[in-house]
Amino acid sequence: MECQEEKPIIYTMENKPIVTCAGDQGLFTSLYTSLAQQLPREPMEWRRTYGRAPKMIHLEANFVQFKEELLPKEGNKALLTFPFLHIYWTDCCDTEAYKSAVKEDMTRWQSSLRTHGSADWVIIVVETNDTKKKNKTNILPRSSIVDKIRSDFCNKQNDRCVVLSDPLKDSSRSQESWNSLLLKLRTLLLMSFTKNLGRFEDDMRTLREKRTQPGWSFCEYFMVQEELAFVFEMLQQFEDALVQYDELDALFTQYVLNFGAGDTANWLGSFCAPVRSWSGLLLRRPIDMEKRDGIQRGEASLLDLRSYLFSRQCTLLIFLLRPWEVTQRALELLHNCVQELRLLEVSVLEGALDCWVFLSCLEVLHRIEGCCDPAQLAANCSHTVGLWAYATDKLKSLGELCGLVSEKGPTSEDLNRTVDLLAGLGDERPETVSSLQSPYKKLKEALSSVEAFERHYLELSHAAMEMYRAIGRLRSARLVGKSLAEFYMRKGDPERAETFLQEALKSYTSEGWSLPVTHTRKQIAECQKLLGRTEDYLQTSALLAGDVNLTTEERKHFCQEILTFAGKSEDQSPKATLSMAVFAQLTRLQFRPATASVHSGAVLQAELTLRCLMPVSVHIQQLAVSVHFDLERAGTNGRSKGAPRQTNPGTVEFSQAHPSAGPASSSAAGPPLELDEIEDRSPTDNSLNSTGVVCKNTHLVMRCHDSASPPDTPNCVSPPSVTVKDDGQMLKVQDVTLEPGNNSIVFTAPSGQPGTYTLRQLYATVGQVQFVLPHIYPSVQYEVYSQEPQLTVEPLSEPLLAGLPQMVKFTLLTGHYAVKKGDALQLSNTDTMPVLPSASCTARINSPAAELVGESSLFIQSSEKVTSISLPATPPYHTLEFHLEVLCVIPHGCDRPANERLTNGEVRHRPRSYSHPDTPMTAIDQRMSIDCPWSIYSTLLALTFYIPFKTKHTLLSAGNRKYIQVCVQNMSDVNFTLAEVQLAEKQQATLELQSLNTKTQQLLCSKHSVFCLWEVRWKDDLPSCLQCIFSANFSPPKQDVSTFKPFHYQFQLERVTTLYSVRAEILPPASEQHCRSGFLCGLEVCITRLTEPTEGEAAEDSKTDADGLKTTKLMYEVADSSSNWAVCGKSSGMVSMPMAADATHKVQIEVMPLFAGHLPFPKIKVLKYLPHTAAVAIQPDPDSCVENDSLSLLDKVLDDQGDTASIRSRGSVHSVGSGDQQQQKGVAMPRLEPFAAGQVFNHSHTQQVLVLPATDDHIMEVNAT
Amino acid sequence: MAVCIAVIAKENYPLYIRSVPTQNELKFHYTVHTSLDVVEEKISAVGKSLGDQRELYLGLLYPTEDYKVYGYVTNSKVKFVIVVDSSNTSLRDNEIRSMFRKLHNSFTDVMCNPFHSPGNTIQSKAFDGIVSGMMVQTASTV
Repeated sequence: MECQEEKPIIYTMENKPIVTCAGDQGLFTSLYTSLAQQLPREPMEWRRTYGRAPKMIHLEANFVQFKEELLPKEGNKALLTFPFLHIYWTDCCDTEAYKSAVKEDMTRWQSSLRTHGSADWVIIVVETNDTKKKNKTNILPRSSIVDKIRSDFCNKQNDRCVVLSDPLKDSSRSQESWNSLLLKLRTLLLMSFTKNLGRFEDDMRTLREKRTQPGWSFCEYFMVQEELAFVFEMLQQFEDALVQYDELDALFTQYVLNFGAGDTANWLGSFCAPVRSWSGLLLRRPIDMEKRDGIQRGEASLLDLRSYLFSRQCTLLIFLLRPWEVTQRALELLHNCVQELRLLEVSVLEGALDCWVFLSCLEVLHRIEGCCDPAQLAANCSHTVGLWAYATDKLKSLGELCGLVSEKGPTSEDLNRTVDLLAGLGDERPETVSSLQSPYKKLKEALSSVEAFERHYLELSHAAMEMYRAIGRLRSARLVGKSLAEFYMRKGDPERAETFLQEALKSYTSEGWSLPVTHTRKQIAECQKLLGRTEDYLQTSALLAGDVNLTTEERKHFCQEILTFAGKSEDQSPKATLSMAVFAQLTRLQFRPATASVHSGAVLQAELTLRCLMPVSVHIQQLAVSVHFDLERAGTNGRSKGAPRQTNPGTVEFSQAHPSAGPASSSAAGPPLELDEIEDRSPTDNSLNSTGVVCKNTHLVMRCHDSASPPDTPNCVSPPSVTVKDDGQMLKVQDVTLEPGNNSIVFTAPSGQPGTYTLRQLYATVGQVQFVLPHIYPSVQYEVYSQEPQLTVEPLSEPLLAGLPQMVKFTLLTGHYAVKKGDALQLSNTDTMPVLPSASCTARINSPAAELVGESSLFIQSSEKVTSISLPATPPYHTLEFHLEVLCVIPHGCDRPANERLTNGEVRHRPRSYSHPDTPMTAIDQRMSIDCPWSIYSTLLALTFYIPFKTKHTLLSAGNRKYIQVCVQNMSDVNFTLAEVQLAEKQQATLELQSLNTKTQQLLCSKHSVFCLWEVRWKDDLPSCLQCIFSANFSPPKQDVSTFKPFHYQFQLERVTTLYSVRAEILPPASEQHCRSGFLCGLEVCITRLTEPTEGEAAEDSKTDADGLKTTKLMYEVADSSSNWAVCGKSSGMVSMPMAADATHKVQIEVMPLFAGHLPFPKIKVLKYLPHTAAVAIQPDPDSCVENDSLSLLDKVLDDQGDTASIRSRGSVHSVGSGDQQQQKGVAMPRLEPFAAGQVFNHSHTQQVLVLPATDDHIMEVNAT
Repeated sequence: MAVCIAVIAKENYPLYIRSVPTQNELKFHYTVHTSLDVVEEKISAVGKSLGDQRELYLGLLYPTEDYKVYGYVTNSKVKFVIVVDSSNTSLRDNEIRSMFRKLHNSFTDVMCNPFHSPGNTIQSKAFDGIVSGMMVQTASTV
């Protein structure tokens, strides 16, 4: 039976609070099993002091037989051995027995408890029915015994005596009594805990407060607080237990820090002792008694204390199922210990700490592995990887320390050191002796031989790298890889090293970390040199030579490496092709001429600006640019169409991609897009079907977006295999020296064949080394074109005036055609624009650069049909210019001769005059047809001339006399002199035109007019139609008579004769001498026929009356447009005029002047009235409609006037007009026709009459404003 | 206080990195670069749980035997990294936080400069001064 054995206390999890049992041992034994089982079954709430949160707690107990020795002595602080409750068991039901034995025993028990100050006791009285039945005689009622006990021992503490009834029976009564017993026990236990732990904590706190006192010892205090932690652990309150250790940890840490700050505590002395043992953490035992004893004795070193403390924390954390916190705390602890030893200036053997850390890391990892399944471990790599990496690190430095990394192996000194280090490890702990993979064994093995070290180191490194990769910490993985590479390098295995270095470099480059890039690259260079990978090495050297992070000496060294290789002879080493970008950067390309477009055979220069990145000047044997020739877009078309592309500027700037230091912008953006435009043209008519943009380097761009790998920028150590494309054509320069910085190199570009030349690649050859820029981007092109000869004619000055000799400029672009001596231009002569022969005509020959090359006189020969111009010899792509004087004949007016044929058989295009929108002058297009020596076709050219004059004519009448007025208006911007103005009639010989113009010469200023007048005189009859020609000579002012040019104007006058004269008279009222405003006056209109009817007239518009007399119907109309008069009564009417000379008709109309003063006569209009006829009705020609429209228009005018006129009568005209319009639209209707200008002569046209004001009208209105 | 202060662009290239001149500059470059692993880990972890309500200060990224590396991420994903000597125990979390705040303010000023084009390395003298201030204090205290 457990409780009765005197077992040594083992501080394990199995510890339980001690409960002593006194009294009837047999009774207790029978109940022990169910008691031990049932006690922890139900949790109990534990209310805590100091505001700590209450906890539910399952109570267990270790029941031991009561002995006086168990009771703690005065001053004993041990809590684990402290009995928290004392129970006295009895089943006595016999009063006698009680009195004789039990009571005495109880009293003894009580007194011994009292002497030790223990108040946590309980008496349990078990009663069974069996016992009652056995001794019936002495039986007292059950209660009496209990009462007795209570009265004897439990004064005022009745709860200290509990009855348990029939404990071994399965009845509800028994169960009930069990429950109450258990509850009582739990309550009492908790009460005891609270009381005793509280007291303990108070003592502990008091002790802690004394820590500033001189004799205070941390180790002593440590033991006290740990006791508390043990109790909490015993009660399974791991959290609270952990808190105790954390408090101890923090307290110690603070002391160390204070020590660092100069505040030394005496007790720290033991921790400052030199470290003699570095056996690492030991986490396999719940409590490392060895170390604990050391602490208790005050002999522990700092590492011992830390190790012990951590092992306890680790145990508790694992109980709390927080293994990952262990790893995190472990890492902190290890770092911290190293720091603390440094701070405390504890002397440690070199490498000893590395051993300790290494062992500890592995120990923690082993411990964690021991309590987690592999899947869990894998999922939580992020927590353990730090320890792996740390262990790797430490092993590496140990290896280096012990000479295990070098190629030669350890020296004797190294071996001594190893022995010292191994000595500090001590013997292997018993726990791990059987384990094959214990950290102790690993370290011992690793330090024992070079091979073993390598194996262990690689194993660890790879494990760490794998884990970093698994959790996505790629940078960390690469850093481990880099350190592995360094290891390989020291082991003389550059091949493996390079793999890791390249990977690391890739990451640094892609993220733009220049310093690591440079460092890693230097290591790679070393690898490559060792491996003999010449081309790669040279490439890396080139990168390093241009790396600004290095010192000039280093850069020069790498540059020299390249130059040394370049200097080797060909048979010694093959040629190496390197990327240009690391050597020099193409920054600018400039074409001369800037258009980058020349005709074939011309000189085109390209100036390249190269920024050399080398630290020293480099001599280059040859610098070449390969050129791709493309005939497709060749500029065979003339210059006007396809020539210099605007998109091709003369200067191309290349964007800078820094090879080493650049922030990731270049790599992030990927390679630049190379775009080209495409056009799809229909093969038949060359019209555009579609157009688009094409990306030429899609494969590069797309690849970069697909994978995250950095692009093939020069950053990469092994550049993309540079393919040298040989397109045949090259721009070459030999022997150039590139200085560091910008260099300018001038090339002469090939320009033999017409077409587009694209610059593709750039090569620089330095001995055996060739630097290649595989792609020149943005793509650079230049164009070589071939041009057809072209002839243009343009005015020397705008505008060209017709009728005057004008200079025109002939421009001949020779293009590819060389004009030979004797070549001539053949101009077809035309009547409308003759070429004027001139004495001296010189041609100028200009070079393509518009420089004057030569001048020579032209030989012009005119025959009847052609004018031949002999050209001077002109080289191709030159410009030939000469001036020629031409005259455009002003067309007369209406005569239109039949189309003529030109000399070359083409139908001659009659120059047609038209009005031009830009100028008021009338324009004429003149076509020229020129036969050129280079073409079998004639060249047709057009010139636009402008007629400087505008001419108008008017017929004026005075009774029967007729005058013709011609108005010449100068529309041009030039002044002219007009001379010899003449008017002639073509048909009537009898007619005489007498000039009334006095001046022979007259100045006609710009935008001004000149009027000329002639009186028409005739002998017999005035013909009704006159064909007139106006002619004049003109020239610019102040010129010789010979320069005068003729100007003609033809026109025709019809219905010249005066038929009627109209005479009006205003008669004042009978009594008055003058008219008065407001009084009616008489208006007498007298219409007189002046001539006999002509034949045509009679036939046209007269009819025979019934009485046989020929009459014409006329309509008169009195209209006053200025509201001076009011017409009273009929304002219009019809008269029948006999068609005979001197036939007169008089009409009387009443009018009233509305104002006083000299009033002009009201206007009298006479119109021809054509009554409707059948013929007209059948043929409603458009004229009649026009007449109708004008009539209605007239009507409207009348209407408007009617508004102002107060008195108004609507005449018949109105009714006739509107009525007819409404009723018989489209049917024959009477028409009104105005007379031609000279047919009616109005005598009283501008006559005025004096009107006096009304008599009493003296009021004058004055408006002052 | 600090032995190395770095500003790292969103794309993870350094915008600014300075360390105390007495120590190996290269080592700090490696340290800061490696710390980006943890920064990214922390950003993605925070991003999942809290959304936009995120703390800029990332806390201790990882300790090494000699240094403690702290991180801070602005809303535009620019990272600040401060490396502190492990032996410097006087620095608490709060001090580190205030250093980051100061750094952030100064960085904001740099970004507000119309002549600074974002994405370029920081050349500002004012910023340099702030950083120097944080590093000088180290020299005086240690």
